[in-house]
Amino acid sequence: METPHRLAKPPPGPFRPEFWRSPLRGPWLTSFLGTLLLPLIVIVAVTGLISDGAYDPGLGLNSPFDRYGAFDVAIHLPASSPAWLYAVTQGLHVTVGLVAIPFLLAKLWSVIPRLFAWPPARDLTHLIERASLLLLVGGSLFEFATGVLNIQVFYPWHFNFVREHYYGAWVFIAALTAHVLLKLPTVVHAYRERGFLRPLRDDLHHTAPEPADSRGGLVAAAPAPPTISRRGLLGLVGGAAGVLLVVNLGESVGGPLRRIALLAPRGHALGSGANDFEVNKSALASGVIARARDPRWTLTVRGGRTVRLDRAALLRLPQHTHELPISCVEGWSTSQRWTGVRLADLADLVAAPAHASMHAASFQRGGAFRQATFTAAQVRDPRSLLALRVNGADLSLDHGYPARLILPAVPGVHCTKWIGSLTFLRE
Amino acid sequence: MKPRAVGVPVLQIAIHAVAFAIAGYALAQIVRGGSVVNFAIWFVGAAVLHDLLLFPFYSLLDRLGVRTRRDGAVNQVPVTNYLRVPALMSGLLLLVYFPLILGLSDHQYYLASGHHPHGYARNWIAITAVLFAGSGLLYAIRVLRAKS
Repeated sequence: METPHRLAKPPPGPFRPEFWRSPLRGPWLTSFLGTLLLPLIVIVAVTGLISDGAYDPGLGLNSPFDRYGAFDVAIHLPASSPAWLYAVTQGLHVTVGLVAIPFLLAKLWSVIPRLFAWPPARDLTHLIERASLLLLVGGSLFEFATGVLNIQVFYPWHFNFVREHYYGAWVFIAALTAHVLLKLPTVVHAYRERGFLRPLRDDLHHTAPEPADSRGGLVAAAPAPPTISRRGLLGLVGGAAGVLLVVNLGESVGGPLRRIALLAPRGHALGSGANDFEVNKSALASGVIARARDPRWTLTVRGGRTVRLDRAALLRLPQHTHELPISCVEGWSTSQRWTGVRLADLADLVAAPAHASMHAASFQRGGAFRQATFTAAQVRDPRSLLALRVNGADLSLDHGYPARLILPAVPGVHCTKWIGSLTFLRE
Repeated sequence: MKPRAVGVPVLQIAIHAVAFAIAGYALAQIVRGGSVVNFAIWFVGAAVLHDLLLFPFYSLLDRLGVRTRRDGAVNQVPVTNYLRVPALMSGLLLLVYFPLILGLSDHQYYLASGHHPHGYARNWIAITAVLFAGSGLLYAIRVLRAKS
């Protein structure tokens, strides 16, 4: 193929092959890092779609953003799932996402000379490939950056995080699938030529550059002497992943791990009182303090008929106690013993049909999650409660006094707090 | 000889066409959502920040570090990686947790959780100290072993 003369000589700096000196870069290293990264990304993608499904975006106003198209491929957890299932899938989404970061950065490091390939586009196929790589790299960094900032309640942007993180994921998944398919022969070739694990046997003295790859452009043209072996590099990456795991996992798993979750956004020990566990939105921020303390509060339950119940009347109904987790989409969860009235009993009280779904509304005036809609299966699950007490004490204001929902295996924000009304819907 | 990425360019083009169709659909939803400029800044900005700022920054630090420590070896045990590994791990923690470590989201965090996010800077410094101390201990063991 003829290359136009003016593009034949690359400009100085990173566009020249001899600029890149690391003797470790090459198709085997990139393949190996990709092989380690891919399963992590698959876990994060699948658990992300499970989380989307757990919000039941097709019901009521549950979707946190408008969905115009029929592009709903959310994965739905089965009804009567173990109560901890969403805590596990979302804990995986956040924790595995964090653990994948050093692998992603190492993968990008291993291919960065390709960013400065000269000429920028050899032909149309190459141009298309580079455009898809912008979607891949931009998509991956966008997803990781927005996710990492979201779990730290830091929002330096003006878009709807949930919508952009969701559709950004589809850009990333599409570009990644194409990338994996197109690079598969290169990966297979690298493993055939170098062995799957054989390069890891070399210590620093035996670390040599991979054989030159004329078209790949990853192997350094003028390599410097190695300062770390390939297994040393992978040990560094794996060790960094391990450090991230240790400092964050406790907020999802709890127990003694919470004490070493030193950088987890919600890793704090909050005391030993009945209500000393994490809150997603405080009573102060939700502007509900005066109304939550109002002794004239009543719950309105609508169905075949409408009843109004104050807290004393609710406490006279049969009380049930279940240990259920609050599992936040941000990855933290906390399991507590909740006591209150079964939603099924409230449905029967107003003569709601067995297949009725339920809309729950808070008396909170603003906020994206002041309401939620649930399927009949969720309503009729014997573990689904309108909770009045937790760990033997009345709910605190922050935890939803005078009454809140708690259901198994739903995102924490759907366990609506400061409940004003429950409406059982025929359809 | 390196194999062609995919034998038939037609297959290559087909795979790309499907990927661009799905990505294009998703991007169209973002455009309909109305915050496309801010999204584009973040999408392209994330790649630019990584490729043209973060990567050159840590590579340069690493290269300078390796250069100044080229002769830094006791009993033939080079010191480079015993500083490089804890430094990169500590840097990664800062990269991931900078909003909490630098207290950038204190107010939002307080509104969400009802308590203030205390101690992240202290914890990060403590973890960094432990990483360097552990690395130093391993280095000392290796030096002593090399001596005997």
